[in-house]
Amino acid sequence: MANDIPTPEELAKIDHKPPRKGWMDTPTEFRPGTWSYPGKASALKVLDLPNPREWQPTDEDWKLPENWKEIIIDGLKERLDKFRSLKIFMDICVRCGACADKCHFFLGSGDPKNMPVLRAELLRSIYKNEFTKAGKLLGKMAGARELTKDVIKEWFSYFYQCSECRRCSVFCPYGIDTAEITILARELLTLIGCNINWILEPAANCFMTGNHLGLKPHTFKENIEYMVDDIEEYTGVKIEPTFNRKGAEVLFITPSGDVFADPGIYTLMGYLMLFEHIGLDYTWSTYASEGGNFGLFTSHEVMKRLNAKMYAEAKRLGVKWILGGECGHMWRVVNQYMDTMNGPADFLEGPVSPITGTRFDNAASTKMVHITEFTADLIKNNRLKLDPSRNDHLKVTFHDSCNPARAMGLLEEPRYIIKNVCNNFYEMPENTIKEQTFCCGGGAGLNNEEFMEMRLRGGFPRANAVDYVHQKHGVNMLSCICAIDRVTLPPLMEYWVPEVGVCGVHELVANALIMEGENEREYNLRGELIGETEDNEDV
Amino acid sequence: MDLKSLLVKKKSGIVKKWFHKIADTYDPETSKFLKQKKNRFANPVGSTISMEMEALFDELFDQAEQDKVLACLDNIIKIRAVQDFTPSEAIQFIFSLKQVIRQELKKEIQDEQISEEIIKFESKIDDIALLAFDIYMSCREKVYRIKENEYRQNRFMVLAGDDIDDIKGGSPAEKPALGTNKPKSLT
Amino acid sequence: MNIAFSILTVVVIGLIPWIGTTAVNLQYLFGIIIPYAAVIIFLLGVVYRIVKWGKSPTPFRIPTTCGQQKTLPWIKQNRIENPSNVVGVIIRMALEILAFRSLFRTTRAELKEGPRLAYGGFPWLWLAALVFHYAFLTVVIRHLRFFLDPVPFFIAWLARLDGLLEVGLPVYMLSGFALFAAVSYLFIRRVVVPQLRYISLAADYFPLFLILCIAGTGILMRYFFKVDVISVRELAVSLAGFQPKLPDNGIGGVSYLFYMHLFYVSVLVAYFPFSKLMHSGGIFLSPTRNLANTNRAVRHINPWNYPVKVHTYAEYEDDFREQMKEAQIPVERD
Repeated sequence: MANDIPTPEELAKIDHKPPRKGWMDTPTEFRPGTWSYPGKASALKVLDLPNPREWQPTDEDWKLPENWKEIIIDGLKERLDKFRSLKIFMDICVRCGACADKCHFFLGSGDPKNMPVLRAELLRSIYKNEFTKAGKLLGKMAGARELTKDVIKEWFSYFYQCSECRRCSVFCPYGIDTAEITILARELLTLIGCNINWILEPAANCFMTGNHLGLKPHTFKENIEYMVDDIEEYTGVKIEPTFNRKGAEVLFITPSGDVFADPGIYTLMGYLMLFEHIGLDYTWSTYASEGGNFGLFTSHEVMKRLNAKMYAEAKRLGVKWILGGECGHMWRVVNQYMDTMNGPADFLEGPVSPITGTRFDNAASTKMVHITEFTADLIKNNRLKLDPSRNDHLKVTFHDSCNPARAMGLLEEPRYIIKNVCNNFYEMPENTIKEQTFCCGGGAGLNNEEFMEMRLRGGFPRANAVDYVHQKHGVNMLSCICAIDRVTLPPLMEYWVPEVGVCGVHELVANALIMEGENEREYNLRGELIGETEDNEDV
Repeated sequence: MDLKSLLVKKKSGIVKKWFHKIADTYDPETSKFLKQKKNRFANPVGSTISMEMEALFDELFDQAEQDKVLACLDNIIKIRAVQDFTPSEAIQFIFSLKQVIRQELKKEIQDEQISEEIIKFESKIDDIALLAFDIYMSCREKVYRIKENEYRQNRFMVLAGDDIDDIKGGSPAEKPALGTNKPKSLT
Repeated sequence: MNIAFSILTVVVIGLIPWIGTTAVNLQYLFGIIIPYAAVIIFLLGVVYRIVKWGKSPTPFRIPTTCGQQKTLPWIKQNRIENPSNVVGVIIRMALEILAFRSLFRTTRAELKEGPRLAYGGFPWLWLAALVFHYAFLTVVIRHLRFFLDPVPFFIAWLARLDGLLEVGLPVYMLSGFALFAAVSYLFIRRVVVPQLRYISLAADYFPLFLILCIAGTGILMRYFFKVDVISVRELAVSLAGFQPKLPDNGIGGVSYLFYMHLFYVSVLVAYFPFSKLMHSGGIFLSPTRNLANTNRAVRHINPWNYPVKVHTYAEYEDDFREQMKEAQIPVERD
């Protein structure tokens, strides 16, 4: 009897994957949820970027400039001459495979072209073909291939599927940094107008209005004033922040996402309360109202153009030094590029905390201090009145953002703060935090909704580690020091671990702060009754 | 021997083959990787799927508790629902259990010892498949809801940039307000 | 395909000296001219490559930080994984180059599921790579015995250490076998692990086969078809002293095996500068490893830094002056 019945598999008639060919022969498919909308012509025009036009990656014809090939080859040559990193990384990979299973996008999607080595090979194959003897002589045998329009499509797909998180670079025996390769490959793509709107539009906004959201000066100010109202409502303390004030001691710059989006706004309310609490002489700027820099995801030049505002504004306002808020890629730019690109900032003074007198020697040249360095110093010197029990309903874990972890090494400062403002703190497993931290799935300008499936896949390794501490310790709050995280982690949690909320570190600080003249503090910054809130925060 | 004891006896072989079937729905390079490692953090997809399959299998021949079955299915399908699979591919693994069991118990089935029982058992698997449809759909709906929320929030940001005063025609209270005052559309 | 191509190439390379020294009497070519040519290509090639790399500047300081930065004095810095001075960088580079630190990282603190056997955790790649490189180094140094007269004491020591087990006669040199085994592992790994097979090129298999052949012919010569060591030494010393001379009595034994060995080595040496084997030089220049994370403390100079078009504050105020005034945000000009 059993033999007469068709097997379930026959019934299901599932298409098995066809026999696989080599990666060079596998064409790129643009499947929904795995690519981002292309840059709008208007955004490209604002930034004077080449080849503004209307197009879609799913179109057959991408309307590339006639001499696109020449542009790419010349562009590659120029960058090889300008960046030793690129030349070395193109030459020395031995394809040992140590990086292969370190990429969150590979782990989550299973697409072998998401292995870092192969992502780099997409560019390396063209490099070999154009610039090495072996490639010219041996072609495919040496891993070289012709530059065609299909290669451009493949680049567009996979270099906009890399979040430049650098996790692979930690494991590479030669330190080959896929982020660096992706940055330069995106520069090349930008030369022929192949870039994504979620990066280009914020960059254009930032260029014209000072921040990614395109908040005009009055709107920026009003938004912060709403938060001031909310703070007064919940704590009874009235705060009066200043904007574009000359002669302030410190200029404070943070990502504009926190001026707008939930739950980032609570972090920003945290800053306002902290500065009030310690009586810091500081100002906001509407001109330099963006900490983040989507130029980093476009090209070194656009990065420099956007970053220039920070020093320019600090100079105009005559402040002594700059304090920077919680942000991931902003700190990559500040730590690795700002001083080199737009320095020297000799019109500023070496940063000294006016409250504790601590000199921040590690920022002696850039003159920009990270808020968690600043706050950790305050706590260490007992300058904050804290009641950590107000965060007792939270079981907190901490997500290291890729950039502060691997492009800076800011690991202990936020942990020190959290441990002082919360009583329940649990680490995720060691191979998922600190320098081995997993990306949120939406870094490097990929946190757009059309890319959602890919983000959920790529974020799975992170969510999986959160789920582990959630199951084991009942963790219900995922804290982070990055504005993009605060936008990408909530949907990630909603899908994978809905019981866990997301917050910034300074939201936790503010809830624990005992402010002068405060009320009973029945409510936390989210307007929830303290002590009554259980898990699932506002995600 | 009855079907249950047979399944208990051959559990590890069946679960392994079943897991290999699902792993083989990925690219060959990936499939081998998924099968290789058992570390939950170095290989989250492979280890989650294999763990949950084992748990699901246990539920199948014990008195299946609906909640537990749902939880297992949810953890597997959640992953497959956001990967590059069609709906049928995403939940096909349920049916492949039938195939695996028939292969493993070929002899016993031919001996007609357990054909009655196995038909019952297979209809149980079919029930599970129905549940899987529901879960798959709820996962997809969740993805769309998340997308929609984000779209709305992003749209709001764009409006804010384009001078929200004109568009909303309004007083500060109607702006992208914060805290308890925030408009419903943002949450 | 890539594998077949590589094997074919290696076989052809092996046949050339065999024909050359048995069918045709080209011992002088294979014993003297080609080795010299190979060494010249090697030296020029390596210099060319390093100069070429060196010509491109390092515009930005981009170390991959793998530990706590130098910050407040009471927070413990990880001086090696996130160095803030030259000493730290040197130790970091030394660990990377001598101990393959990054490859070892894979193992750290792996959580195992339940009672299951813990496998996949040990960094076999790290071990194989380490064995391979150190065995190769030992073999190379050991070979200096042939070229140097008198043999420096440390080379003699090393050779004695290498043959420590003193099994059989002639004494088995461990390094040769270790090299053979490690290369075999690296090859099998490439073939068996599908991800690796997917990314592997002919350029990855070819050097493995080449080294396999070098080790193989070497082992054959030493233990099975013995060549006349005195004559080989005579040739080697004459090469090293730039007074090349083929030994009068030939090499003895199966002499073409010797010429094959020498030719494989020559090909490897000449191929070296144009291949991925240059990673040995490149690692020293890798900007994510050889720079200190002092970005905010000491300004790094980009030699090609150029002015860019920015949207100045004055332009910005022109765009929004009225709204700013209305919102009581200070302006520069009324």
